[in-house]
Amino acid sequence: MNNNFKLLYKLSIIIIAILATLIISSAILLVLGANVPKTFYTICIMPLTKMGHLTEVLIRAIPLCVIALGVSIAYRSGIINIGAEGQMAIGVLSFTAIALSFPELPKPILLPFALLMSVLGGALWGFIPGILKAKLNVSELLSTVMLNYIAAQFYSFCLRIVMLDPAEKVNGSGTPQSMRLTSNIELTRLAGRLHTGIFIALVLAVLVYLLMWKTTYGFKMRASGAQSRAARYGGINVTWYVIFSMILSGAFAGLAGGMEIAGVHRRAIEGVTNNYGFSAVVVALFGGLHPAGIVPASFFFALLIYGATLAPRAVNVPANIVQVMQGLIIIVIVTTQMVLSNAYLEDKVYRMIVKNKKEVK
Amino acid sequence: MENKIKSLSMEHVVKRFPGVLACDDICLNVEEGEILALVGENGAGKTTLMNVLMGIYQQDEGKILINGQEVRFRGPEDAFKIGLGMVHQQYMLVPNMSVVENVALGYKKAWKKLKLDLNMVREQVIEVSKHYGLAVNPDAYIWQLSVGEQQRVELVKTLCLGAKFLILDEPTSALTPQETDELIELLKNMKNELSIIFISHKLNEVKALSDNVTILRHGKVVFSGLTKDYTSAQIATLMTGHEVKLPENKEEDLHGSPALEIKELCVKSDMGFLALNNLNLTINSGEIVGLAGVSGNGQRELAEAINGLRGVESGEINFFSVDLANKSSHYVISQGMGYIPEERNIEGIVPSFSIKENLILKDYEDEKFAKYHFLKNKAIVENADKLIEDYDVRCPGLLTSAGSLSGGNIQKVILAREMTRKPKFLIAVYPTRGLDLGAIEFIHRELLRIRREGIGILLISEELDEIINLSDRVAVIYKGQIQKVLPHTEANRRSLGILMAGVKDEQ
Repeated sequence: MNNNFKLLYKLSIIIIAILATLIISSAILLVLGANVPKTFYTICIMPLTKMGHLTEVLIRAIPLCVIALGVSIAYRSGIINIGAEGQMAIGVLSFTAIALSFPELPKPILLPFALLMSVLGGALWGFIPGILKAKLNVSELLSTVMLNYIAAQFYSFCLRIVMLDPAEKVNGSGTPQSMRLTSNIELTRLAGRLHTGIFIALVLAVLVYLLMWKTTYGFKMRASGAQSRAARYGGINVTWYVIFSMILSGAFAGLAGGMEIAGVHRRAIEGVTNNYGFSAVVVALFGGLHPAGIVPASFFFALLIYGATLAPRAVNVPANIVQVMQGLIIIVIVTTQMVLSNAYLEDKVYRMIVKNKKEVK
Repeated sequence: MENKIKSLSMEHVVKRFPGVLACDDICLNVEEGEILALVGENGAGKTTLMNVLMGIYQQDEGKILINGQEVRFRGPEDAFKIGLGMVHQQYMLVPNMSVVENVALGYKKAWKKLKLDLNMVREQVIEVSKHYGLAVNPDAYIWQLSVGEQQRVELVKTLCLGAKFLILDEPTSALTPQETDELIELLKNMKNELSIIFISHKLNEVKALSDNVTILRHGKVVFSGLTKDYTSAQIATLMTGHEVKLPENKEEDLHGSPALEIKELCVKSDMGFLALNNLNLTINSGEIVGLAGVSGNGQRELAEAINGLRGVESGEINFFSVDLANKSSHYVISQGMGYIPEERNIEGIVPSFSIKENLILKDYEDEKFAKYHFLKNKAIVENADKLIEDYDVRCPGLLTSAGSLSGGNIQKVILAREMTRKPKFLIAVYPTRGLDLGAIEFIHRELLRIRREGIGILLISEELDEIINLSDRVAVIYKGQIQKVLPHTEANRRSLGILMAGVKDEQ
């Protein structure tokens, strides 16, 4: 089997996958009576055409990337964190609480302090399922999801009562939100709403790579996650690394929450977490649980998320349908990855082709 | 359905996997009432060939003939219909279902509309188990059964489904010596009604059971003939391609001082009862003490307690005058304890980790491999290169995941890792279980070499020959206590067998 064949094989599988996605989504769009090519253009290409659109894509990629990095750390260490949504919400609250309490502090102190508190808040929310899992073997799927509910209600409670914007009581726009925070907590904007958080996300990606693949801590965490018994037999304190990885994972989600407020909204609003915590799990898996995959994957998902918001106005297709298409795209891509990694199939196709060639000759 | 299988033959069967020719032009033939032993080293293609026969894989070339007629199986169901049945090496049973329910899974006759006729299945199970003398409790849950009992369930299941031709893939690999003897007797009796293909690389079983033997090596048939015309040694030579002589411990006594002294040790099992009950044992440097016993008498708990993986209720574990009781595994390792654990695939290595990573699983913090907690890739690679060469680990490269290696090569990786740590002592638990002759020979030679360097070894094994060949002294464990410690001159299959059964005095 030569490399040319391998390349051709891989390319043709990818082309088939793209065709399959296009055909199925076109069918759905045709049933709705939408303009098919224009819809695809709106979702996949249009966000890339204008600087204004591109920055909007990027600000969605930032929280996805940061949270997915945290999820990947936990996943590699043997614990599946689907509680990032709650951890992010706690991060937002911690950040806002600091900003509201100490508006007088100068920026070089207040901003890092508030971000640190968002990190600690998320870390606390990650620590709880971590220690429950490590000490009592409570399934993290249960505990993280339940903590999401608790965090969501606590978030609403804070925004509607404790932190509610005083102006809201007078004007009443109907959206529970805090007052606009002091400008001392703002991350600088680069273009449009794109903020310096993008550099933080990229630096974190590099740090996660170094931590997980280049240090003894990462070695221990990956060993614990890959085969906890062998790790235990090798003298690694697996219990501690389960807790530690959840603390880190929560911290990342909390930081994403803080950055979202500091960079984009500048006040806590209901719905600010925007399902990033759940999408990030998909981003992390999709990116192969490796920073080098997570960075492009978060951009791709941000593209789809933003594309969905454009669709209703541009082509009169409901955003929900775009979500259906997103689901479809994810399933097709994951399936394609599985097919591509099936060496047996590749071998079979190769021999079939070689056989046919011989017969023709 | 009622047609008997008078003859079965495979002709010129070829099966390819990516980059591997698993079966290369294989022919074999089995007549009614015959037991064929299919032997060969791990990776010789035995299991692949049988999976082709069962329709689990499709052959790339060649054909299968039953009673002279060519058959094509699209899947195992087709093979069942003709009357072939296979008991896999890993049992295919659902642990939280009862015996009857497990049989019902494949018993299509009991699948009535809207209802599963479990009474019918139960009757069938009882009838089959009586007929063949396979004692099983139809209402027991699989998780409650020992490995030997689970195997009987597999046999009953296969026979209930109408098998007239049995394929057994290494049926004795997980059985105790007693269970193995029982199984061999049972299969001998079944021979009157069934034909059997029996995959194994344990030659005493092949000699005891089979009429004909076919030997595979690297996917090819290298030999086929009557079993009784050849000795075990001749078959071993054909199987490995070179003469095999397992080494024996004929070393001189090194008169070492005590290395590991276990006093009045009590340890609980996972179920909560005392698996070790006031166990006493002393092992000196430079000697191999074999721990013989039927598995489940406290061997696992002993090894885990010494290595800091299991709590100690009371008693002492003195290791060069340091007490190891209730210490962390990290501490035990740092004291210079070497350990080859029982389940090499999940306790000995991290399967998805590369070979180079597995080789530093206990030494990632050593200054040789890490500085300021950053791993030194160059040193790790050099270490792996050297060990792969020294221990002759057969692998595509040091980045290959360790889990994809054969059992023998995994054991070499573990042994290499433990030995480069320059341990003061070594605990080896079932070190050759499931390995082929070539690998066993290698491991045995290594153990003797380690002993010669003055290191004490506790060898826990259920292979009596292994214990007798290698040990300076043999301790027999029974119900969590040491029955007796014999010098190796007094240890033989008979004396050990009696002690292992719990009889203390021979009178």
